Amino acid sequence: MTLIVKVIARVVSPLIMVFGIYMILHGHLSPGGGFPGGVIIASAFVLLTLSSGKEVAYQKLKESTAAVMESVGALIFLILAVLGTIFGGWFFLNFLPKGEPLRLLSGGFIPLCNIGVGLKVGGGIFAVFLTLILFRLSEKGEGD
Amino acid sequence: MLFFLCFALFLIGLYCVLIKKNLLKIVMGIIIMEYSVNLFLIMVGYKAGAVAPIVTAGVEKANFVDPLPQALVITAIVIGIATLALMVALCMRVYDRYKTFDITKIRRLRG
Amino acid sequence: MPEIELYLLITLMIVGALVAVHTRYLISAVISLAVVGMALAVAFLYMQAPDIAITQIVVEVLALVILIIAVSIGKEVMDIKGKWEILAIGVTAPFVVIFALFAYRATSQLPPFGSPLMTVSQHYVQEGLKQTGSANLVTSILLDFRAYDTLGEATILFTAILGAFAVLRKIGRKGK
Repeated sequence: MTLIVKVIARVVSPLIMVFGIYMILHGHLSPGGGFPGGVIIASAFVLLTLSSGKEVAYQKLKESTAAVMESVGALIFLILAVLGTIFGGWFFLNFLPKGEPLRLLSGGFIPLCNIGVGLKVGGGIFAVFLTLILFRLSEKGEGD
Repeated sequence: MLFFLCFALFLIGLYCVLIKKNLLKIVMGIIIMEYSVNLFLIMVGYKAGAVAPIVTAGVEKANFVDPLPQALVITAIVIGIATLALMVALCMRVYDRYKTFDITKIRRLRG
Repeated sequence: MPEIELYLLITLMIVGALVAVHTRYLISAVISLAVVGMALAVAFLYMQAPDIAITQIVVEVLALVILIIAVSIGKEVMDIKGKWEILAIGVTAPFVVIFALFAYRATSQLPPFGSPLMTVSQHYVQEGLKQTGSANLVTSILLDFRAYDTLGEATILFTAILGAFAVLRKIGRKGK
């Protein structure tokens, strides 16, 4: 890729990640939530990989780290569900206090669940994308 | 009539899966079928003259569209991309072994 | 006609899908799929579903990237012509037409477009803000009323990605 594309991608990619984190955290107030937010975080890393090559993206997020991120997200989700059983009656009980509506800290444990889901989706999709790129490059026998 | 047009899109995807011989065209047919099913689910839940299901300040009980199909379709779209990644991984392995995407030449199961 | 925009969008999607099926260059088929996906996102916005429009656009872009990776690994860029093409079309087309006739009869039994039944969602719409405290009703259904389905979706994502890892492994394969 040319120099202009590389520089612009390196400048824009953190902004995309901030937008993804915003969408995850404000999932209960505006449209969005964990699923689109996670995919946006994955696409920030995909932009880095496509423009600057896999070496630069590999330094920022290895594929093993992305797999760990995915598993941590799933574990957060499951632990919140089991804590609902311990603190109340049933699985997935909303045990944190619900604040006043339309505030950032409202809705019980819904923001925490959104963080778990966002980590899982983002990490998983970037990990599988990096695996596809590595397989294709290693079978062609050339670097990028 | 709108529901029938949505189903016509599904039939185009099904036709592509049945007729074509290139493995990647079959994958594209499956993606067209997924698009049409998501569109159909949202069309079933649409209420004429209603607003998006998000409560805004000051307005408590407005006329909302059906939020239940929307929750199902969000998960369906993200699952669609995971299955697309798995399908493309399988296609890459097939190309690695047989050096072609033609399904009439991919016949023998060599151990 | 009240929903003229929706008719135009679905017609655009059908035309785009037909182009994607019949064109012989694989890259053109991928670009036609992009047109179908973007028209789908606009249709979602028209039907008052902003959550889903955001998800569809972002997922569509990633699906395009993955498909272009898949198309670029092979040496052939054009579609493959089979030997028994006319016979295949002659057998499949009547099946598709009969399917479409039955579908026309079935879809005329659905509730008319624009007035859903909403027997289950009435409870979610009325009790949503009070019982969960979140202003986005779709998120409250996904993560509070029906959180078990989200757990199932997380399991599907995990299994599909694990399958993709297992297929593309390099070490641990004997011989090759």
